[in-house]
Amino acid sequence: MKNTDSDTTAAFEKLVAGTPSDEHYVLRLYVTGMSPRSTEAFASIKAICDERLQGRYELEVIDIYQHPQLAIDEQIIAVPTLVKKLPAPLRRLVGDLSNQDRVLLGLDLRRKP
Amino acid sequence: MSKDADQQTPANRGLAKVPTGIQGLDEITGGGLPCGRPTLVCGSAGCGKTLLAMEFLVRGATQFGEPGVFMSFEETTQELTQNVRSLGFDLDDLVEQKKLAMDFVRVERNEIEETGEYDLEGLFVRLNFAIDSIGAKRVVLDTIEALFGGLSNVSILRGELRRLFRWLKDKGVTAVITCESGAGTLTKHSLEEYVSDCVIVLDHRVTDQMSTRRLRIVKYRGTSHETNEYPFLIDEDGISVLPITSLGLQHTASTERISSGIPRLDAMLGGEGYYRSSTVLMSGTAGSGKSSIAAHFAAAACARGERCLYFAFEESPGQILRNMRSIGIDLEPWVKQGLLHFHASRAAIHGLEMHLATIHKLVREFKPRVVVMDPVGSLTSVGTRQDSNVMLTRLIDFLKMQGITALLTSLTSGDEALEGANMDVSTLVDTWLLLRDLELDGERNRVMYVLKSRGMAHSNQLREFLLTNQGVELQNVYLGAEGVLTGSARQTREAAEKAGSLLRHQEAEAKQRERVLKREAQEARIVVLQKEFEAEEEVAKRDIEQERSREETHRQDRDRMGISRKGDKVSKDAEPLARSHETPRGRK
Repeated sequence: MKNTDSDTTAAFEKLVAGTPSDEHYVLRLYVTGMSPRSTEAFASIKAICDERLQGRYELEVIDIYQHPQLAIDEQIIAVPTLVKKLPAPLRRLVGDLSNQDRVLLGLDLRRKP
Repeated sequence: MSKDADQQTPANRGLAKVPTGIQGLDEITGGGLPCGRPTLVCGSAGCGKTLLAMEFLVRGATQFGEPGVFMSFEETTQELTQNVRSLGFDLDDLVEQKKLAMDFVRVERNEIEETGEYDLEGLFVRLNFAIDSIGAKRVVLDTIEALFGGLSNVSILRGELRRLFRWLKDKGVTAVITCESGAGTLTKHSLEEYVSDCVIVLDHRVTDQMSTRRLRIVKYRGTSHETNEYPFLIDEDGISVLPITSLGLQHTASTERISSGIPRLDAMLGGEGYYRSSTVLMSGTAGSGKSSIAAHFAAAACARGERCLYFAFEESPGQILRNMRSIGIDLEPWVKQGLLHFHASRAAIHGLEMHLATIHKLVREFKPRVVVMDPVGSLTSVGTRQDSNVMLTRLIDFLKMQGITALLTSLTSGDEALEGANMDVSTLVDTWLLLRDLELDGERNRVMYVLKSRGMAHSNQLREFLLTNQGVELQNVYLGAEGVLTGSARQTREAAEKAGSLLRHQEAEAKQRERVLKREAQEARIVVLQKEFEAEEEVAKRDIEQERSREETHRQDRDRMGISRKGDKVSKDAEPLARSHETPRGRK
């Protein structure tokens, strides 16, 4: 019981402190070929990652034209979609990632100044 | 693909159609859904959209060799598979055989963050992948509107859906897209604006606590179609739609006659019974013997080896069997032989349309030559008078088209004018038997008469009938001062007639006996006279004999005298007997 309590508290404190700077990010960007939106999205996420997640992220770009089965497996509807596999919770960022505030919100990077 | 579509219609009239395989739907659409085009199926929750779409795919895959893709936005593949297993659709097997591809599209609002412009290319890619993987010709998008719940940018969604439908057309697949119906509009998000080739609306209405599913084709571009609402059933065989108004008066009239099962009733009907494929209405008050006469008819049909379908709306099959056995009609052997099939259900459990649907279905399956509905009146009491008339017309037309002879019984309450109560139906039926109770001398007696019977010289007599151990027996007709005599009055009359004839018979017998006696007396007298005569004759003979012997003696004496006197011998031959006869007398 006590144990659980301390766990919850720790989790809460962790949450208040914001995403620890050492958390590892696993991101997948689903795109359709070299469409303008795809390239735009890629450029956008690349910039954010380089700026905020240097050295602790993994970004995989998948062209669903070439791997349709992956689109099914990952429940992709809209394109482009950036899936944040880790850290939990799983989020899907739909769109060309042009709205940076929303992207940061989606990636739980908002609290960082 | 459009080239293929053109080739499919040799008639070159209208557009190519893809049969759905759903019973009845192909009839009202005139062949099926538009080939290579999307069809919108809309309706409220629980009215059978998913099932209709699924059956379209399964029938296509199993019956028409057209593989299909089912893209579901609401139910997972597993759930769907379980749901339709009860209908005998084995989706796993179809998937295995590459006749069906299923894809569940999960749209989870709370996982999604919209960060800018996007399109639904992901959906296109998945659909394309599924179509190409099995060479699908049919596609179902089950409640695509779920997308509106997951993605908030309506203008993007609308644009993308428009593009999707266009893409489906270009792809040449026949698509069914299901939609929730909205308030006042066909669909919640006005998707009917994009899918304009064919729109089918499903409806699940409750009127008077009776729920009926209905289907209507709102729009079918480029083809004529039925515009009415059709009830449809969902049962263990899937969906069946009833094209009930596509009826006419084209049925052929049979000249074959079939027995009513009661020989004396046949005699009343021109001597031969009902016409085959005619409709017989038997109306009467409670307890006037309708079911018994119906049972006779059913038994007679089975005895001829014909199938009989018996719809019972007030009694269970067991009860009917027992009751009919009590009047000497044993229907059980026919049930066991499969010639007689009972379908018992309360009229109140369904709406009219549902009943009609059930009847259609059963008739199609059982293929009877004879149908009994007992009583059809309880069926018509379910709906309004107008509804029930429409329904009866459809029913009668349907049965006639199938060449089925139908016997409908109808209950009239005691107060109503017997002939007026069924006025609406009366024009539809070919033969109308009226059963009623006659109250006379403190008793009720059953009588029947043929009110009308088209195309035959029928009896106009009011006939009393009895329910005996041997079934229904029509009695002889006795007319009294107040009309036909029934019950005790008839029996009295019968007894009186019997007594009268007995008396006459006795008189005749007495006379006969008298004659015999007379003759016997006469004969006795003749015998006596004969005896007397014989006696007299005897006496006479004796006299003659004596005379002769005397004469002989006399002649001998004479001869002796002659001899003694040495005279001539008197010739016996020369002298006649008569003379000799006289001689002695003269000597006397």
